[in-house]
Amino acid sequence: MRYAMAMDTRKCVGCGDCVVACQTENDVPFGFCRDWIVENVSGIYPDTVKMHFKSERCNHCDNTPCVRTCPTGASHVIEGGIVKVTHDECIGCGACIVSCPYNARYVHPEGYIDKCTFCDHRVAQGQDTACVAVCPTTALIFGDLDDEKSPVSIALRENEWYVLAPEAGTKPQLYFLK
Amino acid sequence: MMEELFVSGRHIEHIDPTLTLWGGPIAIYLFLGGLAAAILIFANFFFLMGKADKYVMTVKVSTLIPPVIIVIGLLLLVADLHHKLYFWQLLLNFRIESPMSWGAWTLSFIMIPAILWPLIYMKDIINYLSDRNPKCRLLKTLSWIDGMANKFKIVRMVIELATKYQKLMAYITIVLSLILGVYTGILLSAFNARPLWNTAILGPLFLTSGISTGAALLMWMSKNHHEKILFSKFDLVLIAVEIFLIIHLFMGMKAGSQVQVDTASLFLGGQYTAFFWVGIMGLGLVFPAVLEILELNRFNIPSWLPALFILLGGLAFRFIMVYAGQFSSYNIL
Repeated sequence: MRYAMAMDTRKCVGCGDCVVACQTENDVPFGFCRDWIVENVSGIYPDTVKMHFKSERCNHCDNTPCVRTCPTGASHVIEGGIVKVTHDECIGCGACIVSCPYNARYVHPEGYIDKCTFCDHRVAQGQDTACVAVCPTTALIFGDLDDEKSPVSIALRENEWYVLAPEAGTKPQLYFLK
Repeated sequence: MMEELFVSGRHIEHIDPTLTLWGGPIAIYLFLGGLAAAILIFANFFFLMGKADKYVMTVKVSTLIPPVIIVIGLLLLVADLHHKLYFWQLLLNFRIESPMSWGAWTLSFIMIPAILWPLIYMKDIINYLSDRNPKCRLLKTLSWIDGMANKFKIVRMVIELATKYQKLMAYITIVLSLILGVYTGILLSAFNARPLWNTAILGPLFLTSGISTGAALLMWMSKNHHEKILFSKFDLVLIAVEIFLIIHLFMGMKAGSQVQVDTASLFLGGQYTAFFWVGIMGLGLVFPAVLEILELNRFNIPSWLPALFILLGGLAFRFIMVYAGQFSSYNIL
């Protein structure tokens, strides 16, 4: 099993529903977020100007610097490749935040380090993650890469895609369709 | 091409717009760790060379410092944690892949010889200090510690045992101190996401810089002419090695991938250029080296002057590495 997410940059309208759904589902404290929207405008007006949105979150990398540098083992990988933090083992040193090329982690006001969990509590029950479930344009696609018939496998087979900072060598599992 | 980027719905403290999670306490801790390692290395090395009575300051008196500054460093570290009450988790786990875990264990182990060493020599230290200045305030505290140590039979036995196996302890302490000194650099180099840190040369560079600050402090504190000259020479060699390693660091960066080239340019024309080359290279390394060369050539230069510049340079070096390292990152947009 290998969970992954695909994000269709052609469909995303930047509404921010994924951000709000995550905050609600996971009780993310006010002023923080586990996923966020990046808006990219490029070119010269009016001829070549282009705009696209990305919904970003933890990349649940295959090669995880955050897990490697954690001194207590609080950061760990569970079945399906989901990277999680055990709050009671976390000392809040910040090593994982510093080691993440995607700045996907933050310090929770209670002191431990928090991040996207790929809604593992929902996924365990066969549901989609909260952000995927609410996306009004179906720009977000979640599933198991080892299952050829999963929506994410199909999307990656049928589209061109890229990942963020592949040169960091972390083998990120959040794919952007283009 | 024009390009504009907005990140909406996100402005998280310490992370946006640039990472500033680690600050002064970490830099000071790295400095104190390196300094403690250096003092222990010199004390144990000259003890093994049989110079305990010749270099009294180095082998005996200076060893009062490491336990104190290691504890200060540890307190700074714990204070910098965000989930402070869970710090004991560090001591329930050993993770071979995590330098921070190595550091926590090394610091715990090194406290044992670091405390035992001055206890073994407590009488000599008190005599040395009272010879110089009988009104020294430290004497009262030291006599009290000596009294307490002698009061309990178990403490006396431990000190006797340590004295008996002092040579073995010295070898172990040197190894632990080397790990501690290298660790202050390796701690940073473990972070793949920060191009400035993610280079193996940081280990030897921080070790060299740490030993150089230790040599400077010993040169400053020593009242023995031979000892002063010896550490002055040590320091010159260490400064040369450090400059060589710094040049190597930037050569490696310039020969690397685009993010590393961009990182190097922070110091070669970018925002940290003046501070690094004038403050650290100039005032922290070259200037004290020139003073020491003059001193060795019989010019009358007070030894505290180059020592102070080396110590401040070492501290500033750690500050700039901690801050600039967090500024350097992969382009994820």
